[in-house]
Amino acid sequence: MDNVITAIRVVPLEHYFFLSFLLFSIGMAGALLRRNIIIVIMCLELMLNSVNLLLVALSAFHGDPGGQVMVFFIMLVAAAEVTVGLAILVQLKRNADGVDINQLNRLKW
Amino acid sequence: MLYLFYLLAAVSIIAAVVVVAARSPINSVIALVVCFLSIAGHYVLLNAQFLAMVHVIVYTGAILVLMLFVIMLLNMNATVEQRKPLAVRLMAVVTGGMMLLVLLAATRQGLALPAPEAFNPGIGLVRNIGMSLFQDFLVPFEVSSVLFLSAMAGAMMLAKKDGTEDVNLPPSSEPRDKAA
Repeated sequence: MDNVITAIRVVPLEHYFFLSFLLFSIGMAGALLRRNIIIVIMCLELMLNSVNLLLVALSAFHGDPGGQVMVFFIMLVAAAEVTVGLAILVQLKRNADGVDINQLNRLKW
Repeated sequence: MLYLFYLLAAVSIIAAVVVVAARSPINSVIALVVCFLSIAGHYVLLNAQFLAMVHVIVYTGAILVLMLFVIMLLNMNATVEQRKPLAVRLMAVVTGGMMLLVLLAATRQGLALPAPEAFNPGIGLVRNIGMSLFQDFLVPFEVSSVLFLSAMAGAMMLAKKDGTEDVNLPPSSEPRDKAA
């Protein structure tokens, strides 16, 4: 236990910033890059998780449990979002016969 | 111990790149599972034990299994995803890189780093999170249960099959595998 606690101090906070930014950028590039809706949803999850990681790191370094409770709520909302998103996806596949985002241009005009 | 952080960071970044780059959606989900497990490892490293458990249970246990089920039930591997034009793909990568640049530049100066004495690794324990959750955040916690209920009802309503109405979207441009 003490081993773990001393271990956290070793990692500087800037490293967590950099890792989180990198994951967020990869997720954003992926959401713009791909055409399959389910992969776009996965990239959104990746971005949410990078934010979660940074919140947990900041919460530990600030000594404030509010950040980790925030992460808990983000996880709840992400679970609800994925449930509804996948239901929409199933319906789309059934009616529009495809999961390509380029088909879904109706809402543009 | 710092090497453990670097190892986990390398695993999560490589897995994230594989999520974006993999051709088949199944491979993307598997890579995302690896990425999320490594993020759970980061949580353990930060001594956020409660969140590490919740993360593994909710994300890898529920969300990604749900995604895997949807991909397999809809037989998405049968259709090959067409790629976007090269210019669009290049612009997407450049946009991601510029986002990284902006975030790094924004935090390079004026980053209010916490005082070293504020560092408290014990706050991630179940006891402390539970105290905070049920004392300071009790109302949001209860509201989130309503959110879950509505999400459950909404998902059921959306995924229910009724053949009466048909959204006449243009047919898919991707070649379909009829044999599958």
